Amino acid sequence: MISIRNIVKQYSGHRALDDVSIEIEQGKVFGLLGPNGAGKTSLIRIINQITAPDSGEVLMNGQKLGQEHVSRIGYLPEERGLYKKMEIGEQILYFAQLKGLSKADARARAKYWFEKMQITGWWNKKVEDLSKGMQQKVQFVSTVLHEPELLILDEPFTGFDPVNAELIKNEILELNKKGATIIFSTHRMESVEELCDSIALLNLSHKILDGKMKDIRNNNRTGTYILKYEGAALLPSATQPFSILSDTELDGGRQLTLRINAGNKVNDVLHYMLPLATINALEEIVPTMNEIFIQTVSKAR
Amino acid sequence: MNKIWLIIQREYLSRVKKKSFLVMTFLVPVLFIGVFGLAGYLVANQNEFGDKKTVQVVDESGMFTNKLRNGNNIEYSYSTQSYATEKAAFAKSGRTYLLHIPASLTDVQLYSEKKASALTIQNIETELSDIAQTSRLLTAGIDTAMLTKARKPINVEARQITETGEKDAQTYVAYAIGFVSAMLIYMSLFIYGAQVMRGVIEEKVSRVVEVIISSVKPFQLMMGKILGIGMVGLTQFVLWILLSLILSTAGGALLMHSNTPSAPMQMSQMQHAASPAAAMAAAGQTPDPNMTKVMHSLQSIPVTYTVCCFLFYFLFGYMLYSAVFASVGSAVDNETETQQFMLPITLPLVFTLIISMNFVIHNPDSSLSVWLSMIPFTSPIAMMMRIPFGVPGWQLALSAFFLVAGFLLTTWVASRIYRVGILMYGKKASYKELIKWFMYKE
Repeated sequence: MISIRNIVKQYSGHRALDDVSIEIEQGKVFGLLGPNGAGKTSLIRIINQITAPDSGEVLMNGQKLGQEHVSRIGYLPEERGLYKKMEIGEQILYFAQLKGLSKADARARAKYWFEKMQITGWWNKKVEDLSKGMQQKVQFVSTVLHEPELLILDEPFTGFDPVNAELIKNEILELNKKGATIIFSTHRMESVEELCDSIALLNLSHKILDGKMKDIRNNNRTGTYILKYEGAALLPSATQPFSILSDTELDGGRQLTLRINAGNKVNDVLHYMLPLATINALEEIVPTMNEIFIQTVSKAR
Repeated sequence: MNKIWLIIQREYLSRVKKKSFLVMTFLVPVLFIGVFGLAGYLVANQNEFGDKKTVQVVDESGMFTNKLRNGNNIEYSYSTQSYATEKAAFAKSGRTYLLHIPASLTDVQLYSEKKASALTIQNIETELSDIAQTSRLLTAGIDTAMLTKARKPINVEARQITETGEKDAQTYVAYAIGFVSAMLIYMSLFIYGAQVMRGVIEEKVSRVVEVIISSVKPFQLMMGKILGIGMVGLTQFVLWILLSLILSTAGGALLMHSNTPSAPMQMSQMQHAASPAAAMAAAGQTPDPNMTKVMHSLQSIPVTYTVCCFLFYFLFGYMLYSAVFASVGSAVDNETETQQFMLPITLPLVFTLIISMNFVIHNPDSSLSVWLSMIPFTSPIAMMMRIPFGVPGWQLALSAFFLVAGFLLTTWVASRIYRVGILMYGKKASYKELIKWFMYKE
């Protein structure tokens, strides 16, 4: 769907993006991650044709990005922007028309979305009279009104209460199910785990990690397990197929956190442990995206 | 193109629909007429507002006693005592001035506690000279009737002669129209230019710009805004002109019937003719032959031609300056930061206005005036000052061409700064920074 190829973006004094290439598949939810100042916004702006790269190119369905693609992209910027003194209905129609919708079409679709988001009564209200969360809803509607093939959402959940965040999340997933590709930029890793199929991690203008979520999490497995057992505390020994990270007493039994030695399997752990203790549970600790994020970024530094 | 049109619509409608637009449109002409009327009234009646000055006259020549005329704010009294006594008593007398006229008429002196006002000195001088002159002439044997006849002033009527015939030169009317239209252009460049700048800052601060720029090009947004606000300005001017025409027609009709006693309105034609409407409104109260003449010449000026020139110079002057205003707006995060960039905008405008009002209006065909009316940054004001005096067609065409070219060039430069500036937050821009932005490639 989107091929980002060798993008370089130079600002006076620093390089915001350095030879960044990313592939985004049709119909997937793609997470664009990275610490502050990594270059996410610069990249998003380039995909939106707000700025142009110094070198490299962005292809959409194999075509070089141009004005004709504007109407097929919906963009929800991190910093919300609406005209404060303009009525909401008018504003929604204006943005939709700028995206190429006819006024009548825009009106019909706006009605549909207003009902869906339970904001029908707001049509004639001014933005300055709304709370921040309400403004977010309006902005979300204006982003999706023209039914874009590609939705770029920069921190879509900030400012929402849990109920509305859930509402927005479900809308995003529904749009995705209907075929929209979604680029999702956020710092909240739990929502990345929940929503994303693939991710790319930017740090200091470079892409330092990308791929399918599943693969990334697998690759970042460290062979760490939690083993709950009953019996005497384990004594370290040379024949042990794992190293002990911790061993504590817990609810009458014991809890052992171990890391399997290279070359050994889970079965080896069980073999070793069976004669020594009664095993109640064995569970792998798969690193969270949060951990992967912190680890990868700090390693890169 | 379609998108620019959408932007123009939004910018236009969101402003025209505001109450403040209606208020401005109907209140400004009323205020304008009111202010000119009041100023004229005050000037005409200034004598009534000053303090009464008392002058004690010690006339040793005997030529002036009881002959000096009391004015509205000056009153003469005559002393029979000697100069020395009066001088000694002056400080306690409570009078404003002590005038000493020696028998020789040389070395006339005016004493006062505070510094005497130049106007008063002038008044007294005129009065004294007048009386002295009359009395000298009478002594020389010229009779009073002869004297009155000799004193009759001569009025000069300025007429223009061209290949097509001759006509009234209407210098005063030209003066007034030039003055007012140049002033209007000057003010409106600032008023509407600042609106463009504020609009840009608003979009930048509220981050709307990011959403819009993902749909349209920065240049389209900038031009849409400039054109939309320009149309607001045009609408306002057209409404004002229509209002003036309606008022003046009404005023003219009123003038034909009214016979109200002449109000003390001896304003110069220049002030009267602030706008035709003002002239008519004022004229309605003052049906003296001079005013009727002014009215006549007002009716005979080429209204359409002048109005078209005005609208053209307003529109392109505005677009040229507002492009600069827009780039300034894009470079800052709030209005207070605009100060450092305002100088290059303010300087040429203020310079032109001052030169126009003090030089161009008196020498509309001098080479400086012609040059000023050619340079795009000064021509809207300078040319409007010249147009009522008649400008050769080729000069008008050339000036218009330069203005349009200047507008295109300025817009190009401004838009290159604008496209970068609107996406820069929290960075304090310097002139050096602006040049860098300008150099960025697409």
